[in-house]
Amino acid sequence: MSIMRHTESLILAVVSLRANLMRSILTTLGIIVGVASVIAVISIMQGFAHSITQQFENMGSNTVIVRPYVSFKDQLSGKTAQLTVNDLDAIGRYIEGIDIIIPAIDQRGVRLSYKGQNTTLQFVRGTVTGYDDMNNHYPENGRFMIPSDDAFSRKVIVLGADNRKDLDLPETPAGEYVQVNSQWYKVVGEMEKTDAFLGFSQDNVAFIPFQNAVAIMREQAQRNMFFMIKATNLDDSTVLIAQIERLLRKRHKIRKGDKDDFQIDTSEQLKEQFEGILDTMTLVVAAIVGVSLLVGGIGIMNIMLVSVTERTREIGICKALGATRSDILIQFLAEAVALCLLGGLVGIAIGFGLGKMVGALVPSLPEIVVPLWAILLSLGFSSAVGVLFGIVPASKAANLDPIQALHYE
Amino acid sequence: MSEGLISLSNVSRFYEMGGETIKALDGVDLTINKNEYVAVIGASGSGKSTMMNILGCLDKPTGGDYVLNGTAVSSMADNQLSSIRNKEIGFIFQSFNLLGRATALANVIQPLIYRGEGRRKRKQMAMDALERVGLKGREGHLPNQLSGGQRQRVAIARALVTNPTIILADEPTGNLDSSTTVEILALFDDLIKNGHTIIVVTHEHDIAQRCKRAITISDGKIISDKVK
Repeated sequence: MSIMRHTESLILAVVSLRANLMRSILTTLGIIVGVASVIAVISIMQGFAHSITQQFENMGSNTVIVRPYVSFKDQLSGKTAQLTVNDLDAIGRYIEGIDIIIPAIDQRGVRLSYKGQNTTLQFVRGTVTGYDDMNNHYPENGRFMIPSDDAFSRKVIVLGADNRKDLDLPETPAGEYVQVNSQWYKVVGEMEKTDAFLGFSQDNVAFIPFQNAVAIMREQAQRNMFFMIKATNLDDSTVLIAQIERLLRKRHKIRKGDKDDFQIDTSEQLKEQFEGILDTMTLVVAAIVGVSLLVGGIGIMNIMLVSVTERTREIGICKALGATRSDILIQFLAEAVALCLLGGLVGIAIGFGLGKMVGALVPSLPEIVVPLWAILLSLGFSSAVGVLFGIVPASKAANLDPIQALHYE
Repeated sequence: MSEGLISLSNVSRFYEMGGETIKALDGVDLTINKNEYVAVIGASGSGKSTMMNILGCLDKPTGGDYVLNGTAVSSMADNQLSSIRNKEIGFIFQSFNLLGRATALANVIQPLIYRGEGRRKRKQMAMDALERVGLKGREGHLPNQLSGGQRQRVAIARALVTNPTIILADEPTGNLDSSTTVEILALFDDLIKNGHTIIVVTHEHDIAQRCKRAITISDGKIISDKVK
């Protein structure tokens, strides 16, 4: 019997919310915004996480990356770190268990021109034969670097997949000449498209022989140099890393207790780092959303308090007709929860739409799927907000004295 | 002490106001039997509203005993009083006190919800009650779509629908014009013929004239109790 009375309360709640439709919508706007952001953010984050995982799968899990590293604090005091070609030779010569080692130098913000068209590349990477195998990233047409390109510092360039469109190059760009910061290079190939990373295209790049990059960048080269190392043994990269570390510390004359001026990452670690960053971002966003839901809840409490005052007489009537304290309490609680759930449902719909929209704008993101747990969490959280912020107005209503409430004007 | 439907013995209700004790009711003894038609008359401030609140179980006496239909209600907790009000008492107010956003039917159904009556049954009961007060066909109207007399009829239907022990009417015609007043009073006469017990609180003597018994209150005490 009491369950029936309570479903009755819920029906009454919905009726009274419908009666003040505009107010109900405005009241629940905070919840709508909060839940919509949860759903949108979670679905987009999930998309990113998925694309990052794929990214690192391409790289292979047995790749080790060595790069110069200076902590931000030391950077501020003017310290720099570098890797040299001699370091490269030393690692290749003395370290065991290396299948292949590929050096690379990135020069950022390079201008690429072709017949009056210009584009600014994310970077030009100077590297050598084998880079394509290591990264599972091959030319779509033409060829990649060959050993003699590097040996003779040939002025050849392999374009990224975006360049042709940006520069209005012919369908098969190989054989054309482009300018890299005013130096002429011959196009020998064009890379296949890659997945975007965190929503950014990775195809706005170009590749030139390693030696050319060293020559162009001069003293800058050593600070921007990094080595990609593929281990022969798939499982045990820790031994390899320890060996490289020992060798480089010795070569860089780093004293015991001082910090490394380089950093050695495995692709697995990088992946974990990125996933960690994503998790942190998700948490931060969740916290912001939590605050917005809290604010939404306060809004709901405020309006419910107004509503209780407005309906004092109605409450008095219901009490005279035999409503108990808990009848009134549950009716008003049901209203608050219904408001919040309504907001939650609308928010889920909007958030889903937003996620889809972002998915459509960023083609590299995989299909946007809102996980069930996010929906349940949102609904659960909204109803919790409803109960939490509805309890004060509801108990105010329940505790009204029937005689005074009946004579309230 | 004779056991009537309502029996008040030495009932008092005192209020503390600004350090002063106001004796709204002061040692009232009263017995009302089934199917009586009683008017409670008094000037404003005489204590008749307090009397009405106590009889209606909206308020608890400070002292004395109130037995309603065999149940001692003077010492009951709030929730028990709610259920007593629901079962035993039908209220009719001067300002109708209908739920403004609910239809006539929904208004009449309301007390049955608190009683836990089933959906179909309570709708039937409410329709019957509306028919008894002559509002068949108006069940879908909202209170503001009805005239004053019709609203009071809805209120009467709401009071009747639970088949209460007593019907308590507080200035039931106070907001109505004279011809509507006559209609409502005729309706009360019908209810008496059908065996209901009605207590009307009023300050209008011509209404009190129609009642079989008139109780006059002044300064919290019954000063006269006449049976015609």
